[in-house]
Amino acid sequence: MNSPALNPIAASLRDFLHGDLVHNFRTSPVAVVSAVVALILILGGMLAPWIAPHDPTDLASLSLLDSFKPPWPSEGSDWFNPLGTDSQGRDVLSAIMYGTRVSLIVGFWSVIISVLLGILAGLTAGYLGGMADTILMRVADVQLTFPAILTALMINGIVAAALPRSMREDVQLPVIIVSIGISLWPGIARTVRGSALVERNKEYVLAARVIGVPAWRIMLSHVLPNVIGPVSVLATLGLGGAILTEATLSFLGVGLSPSRPTLGTLIRYGNDFLFSGQWWVVIFPGLALVLMVLSINLLGDWLRDALNPRLR
Amino acid sequence: MADAPILEFNGITHEFDVSLPPLQRLLAGEQRRYLRAVNDVTFSITAGTTLSLVGESGCGKSTIARLCVGLHTPKRGEIRFEGMTLAEARKLGRVRRQMNMIFQDPYASLNPRWRVSDIIAEPIKRFALEKNASSVRRRVELLLSQVGLAPSDGDKFPHEFSGGQRQRVSIARALSSEPVFLVCDEPTSALDVSVQAQILNLMRDLQRRLGLTYLFISHNLAVVRHMSDRLGVMYLGRIVELGEAETIFRRPLHPYTRLLLDAIPDLDHIGRARTPVGGDVPSPIAPPPGCAFHPRCPLANDRCRVEAPALLDADGTQVACHAVAEGRA
Amino acid sequence: MTPLLDVRDLIVEFPTRHGVLRALDHISFSIAQGEILGVVGESGAGKSLTGAAIVGLLTPPGRIGGGSIHLDGERIDNLPAEPLRRIRGRRIGMIFQDPLTTLNPLLRIGRQLTETMRTHLDLTEVAARERAAEWLERVGIPDPRRRLDAWPHEFSGGQRQRVVIALALCAEPELVIADEPTTALDVSVQAQIITLLKTLTRESGVSVMLVTHDMGVIAETADRVAVMYAGRIAEIGPVAQVIRHPAHPYTDGLMGSIPTVEHRAERLRQIDGSMPRLDAIPSGCAFHQRCGFAFDRCSDEQPGLMEAGATRAACWLRAPEAAHG
Repeated sequence: MNSPALNPIAASLRDFLHGDLVHNFRTSPVAVVSAVVALILILGGMLAPWIAPHDPTDLASLSLLDSFKPPWPSEGSDWFNPLGTDSQGRDVLSAIMYGTRVSLIVGFWSVIISVLLGILAGLTAGYLGGMADTILMRVADVQLTFPAILTALMINGIVAAALPRSMREDVQLPVIIVSIGISLWPGIARTVRGSALVERNKEYVLAARVIGVPAWRIMLSHVLPNVIGPVSVLATLGLGGAILTEATLSFLGVGLSPSRPTLGTLIRYGNDFLFSGQWWVVIFPGLALVLMVLSINLLGDWLRDALNPRLR
Repeated sequence: MADAPILEFNGITHEFDVSLPPLQRLLAGEQRRYLRAVNDVTFSITAGTTLSLVGESGCGKSTIARLCVGLHTPKRGEIRFEGMTLAEARKLGRVRRQMNMIFQDPYASLNPRWRVSDIIAEPIKRFALEKNASSVRRRVELLLSQVGLAPSDGDKFPHEFSGGQRQRVSIARALSSEPVFLVCDEPTSALDVSVQAQILNLMRDLQRRLGLTYLFISHNLAVVRHMSDRLGVMYLGRIVELGEAETIFRRPLHPYTRLLLDAIPDLDHIGRARTPVGGDVPSPIAPPPGCAFHPRCPLANDRCRVEAPALLDADGTQVACHAVAEGRA
Repeated sequence: MTPLLDVRDLIVEFPTRHGVLRALDHISFSIAQGEILGVVGESGAGKSLTGAAIVGLLTPPGRIGGGSIHLDGERIDNLPAEPLRRIRGRRIGMIFQDPLTTLNPLLRIGRQLTETMRTHLDLTEVAARERAAEWLERVGIPDPRRRLDAWPHEFSGGQRQRVVIALALCAEPELVIADEPTTALDVSVQAQIITLLKTLTRESGVSVMLVTHDMGVIAETADRVAVMYAGRIAEIGPVAQVIRHPAHPYTDGLMGSIPTVEHRAERLRQIDGSMPRLDAIPSGCAFHQRCGFAFDRCSDEQPGLMEAGATRAACWLRAPEAAHG
């Protein structure tokens, strides 16, 4: 039988690995394939500074002589640049890897911000109700009328105008992250609020109130663990959305500066050459973007169905 | 023998605001609407005994349970615990420790994300009843065995237990602050019959051993007969009969009490043919005028339709019925 | 005389990733014409599942894994979907626990009644409407003609259940399966509904399978009762005998654990432990681990129903060659 001295963390891990969620994952081809694709892209992106064949940000290493090399195995290509080069001689593959890294950093942190804001607002509104609920939800409503891109544009513009030129480049990344994060919090807040409304009438919450546990403590230790399930789905889907938003901002030219390639800027500059024959400059970054967002979204969908108690 | 009442409800009235939201109210030209869940309720409980409140849906018994533990504040009237008003007792920090509650739904009354030992330990930690983690753990294990569970059950989560076992965990949690008074809101209504027997036996054993006082809420008269010393029958927010349980069961006075006792399908009434009293329980939002029971009462007269009867003494039992007071019943 | 419903060795299974779980294990019983059979048991015993299996409403992946079900001599468990659907509603009526979900909230009461009748009986719209009003009157709805045009939410809980009874009986079925028909109702209303069900079915000679956990309801309403435990029938027989002289230790413990409103017991009889879950049913007799009388055979072989005085019980104590009393 089981040794009673089994580490509780190890026991939880073992239970998880044998549990329904993991089993569901292993038997779902969509989930497995999406996870593998996403993992490849994520690893390729995050490890880019170490494993990318070239450094696309190093202007000194670029040579116009290398420009517009087609991807392997076409005429005029070589293994040096397997996906070809762009108008300035930058290796497309490396640019994609670095670009993916930026996308992931922006996506990850903006989701973190939106989750923290959303949980805080949703818990307060759902559990306390009354004025707090009204105010928070009206703010969320107002914010929801603005599309994410518009919100990001506005914040970006305001900050860019308010800061001296020298500081602009430094704060660009955090500003993009914060603006995308702010655009996403209402969705999470709404879901958390809905769950909190349901939980606050349950008897285990009443039991805590009976012995006089203060409201903030009930919210954090009793209600929060029970409302966090749907948040994981929203966070996953939000990641895909955040990456797309960042790419869109870059494509429009209002994201990060062109010296740091992101998938959006690659698509933007490559777009001009689509019909002049150098298709690879825009197609490969586009493909990378699509694959990444698609695999993350499919994983999010799978997670939502797997966590849905009624479908089990 | 302690005869002083440990709990007193004096003239308690409580309403819920069920008005439409402000904008809709304005558009419909309506006033605010109130649901009077509890209407001028007075009773007291002696320490170490069980008072049951019994009635059908909308009678207000659950609201009384929640008023007792402070989940609502009564609009009118006064609740006294151990001689002090609840407000005073709460200031002294005593009542929350000495009064606890057992809930009806064994599935919703335990936090599904907490381990059982944490659930039971919460009151202990809240009132700082133990000095360190290991003495807390020992106390939790003691409580688990007191309610018939194994000490190792503390590491499990609620979903690993059956309904009856969960209710035992609820009882252990309620006992962990060393209360003297327990409010039990339909503690066995969601349980199977054989499990109910285990829980009821357990509750009676605990009462005997620990000298607990119970306010026992139920809709099941057979369970109530088994558990109570005194009994209050409620209908639409009022107590209609109040007294010694055995006396009321042997000689029910109020027409509604008689209807209830007659209506219960019981094991001892095999193949009984009956003509039950008609009518449904009216909605508490718009109760009938006068005596709320008059539309269904075989003894109703004009006075009943207009004047709500007061709780009057009738040979040791208190009854709120004109027919009884006038000697017509 | 052929029984109206004859269930033989019915097996219902649920394939899961831990293996195939048997929710009903060799269930056999019959209901005679005009008889009310109570099916009683605690949660998880399989009583609702039995009703669902008979009308072909098992939720997948549940399936019938063996045995047979005969309605008035014809086999119905192996019928394809369409003929089975026609039997449902026409020859077998159903009453579920929650009238709110049985009645379509978007259709008027009269329409639901006439639609049911015209689907299964050959009636004109006018004739059906007339009958619908008669049914409402029979179930005790005041002002029936006007109420035909009412919506379900305009009725109280008790009245809704009366309408559901009318709905179940209006197509003139031979058998009605009532699954916890009074559980969601107040006590005083419960009594009215039980009386109504009993009167109407006796009048029309309809047989009833009354599924409930409330033994008191069975005592007052049923002729015979089947006590279920962990997917098997523990005991079956006339109501008075099963209640007063139970032959199976589980039935005995169950009857003793029910408080009665007639007198205050010193202590309720208690069966320690709880009903095993589907994936943990003991070998042999499912009750042997909780039984005070268990002996070797009980853990080895699963007992079938055997004669035990006035009832039949699935207990080795009652085996003809048993030396124990």
